[in-house]
Amino acid sequence: MTALILKNVCKSFGQVEVLKNIDLEVEEGEFVVFVGPSGCGKSTLLRVIAGLEDATSGTIEIDGKVVNQTPPAKRGIAMVFQSYALYPHLTVKDNMTLALKQEKQPKNEIEERVRNASQMLALTDYLDRRPSELSGGQRQRVAIGRAIVREPKLFLFDEPLSNLDAALRMNTRIEIANLHRSLDASMIYVTHDQTEAMTLASKIVVLRDGMVEQVGSPMELYNNPANQFVAGFLGSPSMNFIPAATVGGSPEHTLGVRPEYLRINGAGRLDAKVSHVEKLGGDTNVLVDVAGANTMTVRLFGQHPVETGEQIALDFDDKDTFLFDAGGRRV
Amino acid sequence: MNKARRNPFNVFASHAVLLTYTLIALFPVFVILINSFKTRKAIFREPLALPSSDSFSLIGYQTVMKQGDFFLYFQNSMIVTVASLFFVLLFGAMAAFALAEYRFKGNTLMGLYLALGIMIPIRIGTVAILDLMVSTGLVNTLWALILVYTAQGLPLAVFILSEFMRQVSDDLKNAGRIDGLSEYTIFFRLVLPLVRPAMATVAVFNMIPIWNDLWFPLILAPAEETKTLTLGSQVFIGQFVTDWNAVLSALSMAILPVMILYVIFSRQLIRGITSGAVK
Repeated sequence: MTALILKNVCKSFGQVEVLKNIDLEVEEGEFVVFVGPSGCGKSTLLRVIAGLEDATSGTIEIDGKVVNQTPPAKRGIAMVFQSYALYPHLTVKDNMTLALKQEKQPKNEIEERVRNASQMLALTDYLDRRPSELSGGQRQRVAIGRAIVREPKLFLFDEPLSNLDAALRMNTRIEIANLHRSLDASMIYVTHDQTEAMTLASKIVVLRDGMVEQVGSPMELYNNPANQFVAGFLGSPSMNFIPAATVGGSPEHTLGVRPEYLRINGAGRLDAKVSHVEKLGGDTNVLVDVAGANTMTVRLFGQHPVETGEQIALDFDDKDTFLFDAGGRRV
Repeated sequence: MNKARRNPFNVFASHAVLLTYTLIALFPVFVILINSFKTRKAIFREPLALPSSDSFSLIGYQTVMKQGDFFLYFQNSMIVTVASLFFVLLFGAMAAFALAEYRFKGNTLMGLYLALGIMIPIRIGTVAILDLMVSTGLVNTLWALILVYTAQGLPLAVFILSEFMRQVSDDLKNAGRIDGLSEYTIFFRLVLPLVRPAMATVAVFNMIPIWNDLWFPLILAPAEETKTLTLGSQVFIGQFVTDWNAVLSALSMAILPVMILYVIFSRQLIRGITSGAVK
């Protein structure tokens, strides 16, 4: 069964079109990540799916039922917010049970679900605390717990990790991945961070200016981007683009090559001057100025004795490059 | 803590200023209180002296009690103040929530219209209000006062509360919607507890003018059974003779309920005033 089907969904605020003709299917058990730069409409799309905003046109189908007119609580979804959005005057347990009490679930059922969720998220010792007495990571786990106890057909995550620090973000990311495996539920996750998208998703939806640019598995998008935007958005450090004419191509085309496929080679095709070196221990990122092109990044594995100001030559294999036309489409 | 605050001289100076101000503010209240316990002669002989065994007298309080209706006045004032505050807070908060939360046509216009009342004193409309009350038969009822005070308090309440409601996180309200709470439950259970300090601020700002008002009770409800405390106390003030003992005793007793209400609201009030300023 398909968990979510969007057909031709549009959303405008007054004159401003925020979402334009979105078509999308989410299969049962899939982990779908909406990714895109800020202002691309990904959060709005999530809110339209949740029912917090009405779609201007188009249909939203959750679990086989059209839900355009259904209020959020009856759509069989649960949402985790960026700001956690815990009820500040309720304890952790009350936060988690409020929705169930609204649904008039029997008491022992509520207890059972809370026990399971709090064990899964290591929250058992904190059930009587208020949100203000918890750390950021714990609060986020409570917010996730509040979603889990509802046993929804579809989980919605709205940038859930952006308020956490780097170390915690990585841990929580792994927790969410484990959660997806153990619950086997359909999830939609919104982020602007391409690392989160690559690591969590079974399917990535890249959005720009309210339109879907490309849909596919992380490796599909990485290896076979449909256009220059997707190519530049996924991968870190991001793909280098140079006018194809620099290496003897058509003057209308742009050539893209990922930093990890560039080599420093005395007989290389591109002459460059090192402008900055980032030594990360495991990796070395070399930023270079190339004559007739922009700054490029070279990612070298291991440690290399490259210094700022050095003149080097770069080379790459043609099979590792992507060609884009003037409109940014893949050639 | 910074250096200036730890310096003993600065600590002393700031306390001296605050104490001086407290003394000045409390002095009239103090004079009223001590004189309410003195004989009439003693009041005029030495108004600033404390009551001694010679001058001590409860005659003022006895007069007030003997007037008999004093408790009724008291009750009237209390009913009018509490009921007006309740309606101001309830309707003010609801209107503020609607203005802050929902996108609808004329939202800004409606907000401006509601705020207009801050700039136009309600007393300008006294004649029209009296006319209205006479036609609706509400003259000489407490409802007349409650309605007028509610109208008087609403503009500022809507203005202050809508500003605070805008600060309540959207995610929180949306979380409530996803959890299946109705808009009313979201308003009463999620939003109101979070704007409690603002509510207390509005309550205190409205309470004292209502409690002290003489104008509308005199015009709209001067009947014996609907007199408020402030109006009732006027009995003792004559054109030629004023029963100062009774006036001072009545005023001393009138302070009490406002003080009690103030203590209830004050903790919240302080948070209301400093919230946003310190964060």
